Amino acid sequence: MEVAAAKLIGAGIACIALVGAGIGIGNVFGSYLSGALRNPGAAASQSTNLLLGFALCEATGLFGLVIALLILFAF
Amino acid sequence: MNLNPMEQFAIKPLIAEPLFAIGGHPIYFTNQALLMVIVALASSLFLTLAVKPGALVPGRAQSMAEMSYEFVGNMIHSATGEDGLKFFPLVFTLFIFVLCSNFFGMIPGSFTVTSQIAVTLALACLVIGIVIVVGFAKHGLGFLKLFVPHAPAPLLLLLVPIELISFLTRPISLSVRLFANMLAGHTMLAVFGGFVVALGTAGGILSVLSIAPMLLIVGIMLLELLVAFLQAYVFAILTCIYLNEALHLHDHH
Repeated sequence: MEVAAAKLIGAGIACIALVGAGIGIGNVFGSYLSGALRNPGAAASQSTNLLLGFALCEATGLFGLVIALLILFAF
Repeated sequence: MNLNPMEQFAIKPLIAEPLFAIGGHPIYFTNQALLMVIVALASSLFLTLAVKPGALVPGRAQSMAEMSYEFVGNMIHSATGEDGLKFFPLVFTLFIFVLCSNFFGMIPGSFTVTSQIAVTLALACLVIGIVIVVGFAKHGLGFLKLFVPHAPAPLLLLLVPIELISFLTRPISLSVRLFANMLAGHTMLAVFGGFVVALGTAGGILSVLSIAPMLLIVGIMLLELLVAFLQAYVFAILTCIYLNEALHLHDHH
């Protein structure tokens, strides 16, 4: 019973990874916007880097989800 | 009623008898295999038939096929330059397969091929394998210079292991990114679907309230369509970036 409870707590703690992902995604879009408003001419050429940065940030949060799923289902 | 949000990812054999056995391990024709066949057939049929007319002024289907071709072509050109274009077939196939799998998975009741780590890990290992083969074929043992950045000698003691580890974790990060995005999105849809059922069967004023999560699902669905495209795009562009490193090492610095 204690192991089951510890599993659920651990899975919940693994979701703290979302804090970093949230900060990162906010930073990506915030920096892009401030840069784009200063130099609108260069904004369109950086959309690839924007999407890449977004996806890379988001993935780090999802690694937390994977850990949570591993704790819940694999052990 | 079973409301387990993970149930949608279960792999079931569609034909009771195994097709054949490899080393005593039976191989079944599963719902996942069926969806992969459908995705591969549908995408290749569409792309072949759409460009068949070869009209000077393209119709809707033809311009869709041509636009996807140009989109991937521009992506490879901007990420790897002129000599990366010989990898167009690889990147285009990967992009279209991942994109179509993601979109087919968005159809309610169907199965998302890319939500299985076995599929995405196989794709990622294919990419990294090709990168390693291309790197050694083009530069010989000089490909190992990829792990030696331009830095003072004492720092290299620290940097070379870091570069090595970051290269070796690429197949994992490439596959887990796609798999986790799809898994998370579909789980979220199923959880909100469970809210609708739970509220709807609660009776009274709560049944009326079940419209709220229903509307939310529509919004999440739109977000998931964006994510489905974005992850296919990211998978393809990361393939291009890795290929670029194998082709040019550190030249671009």
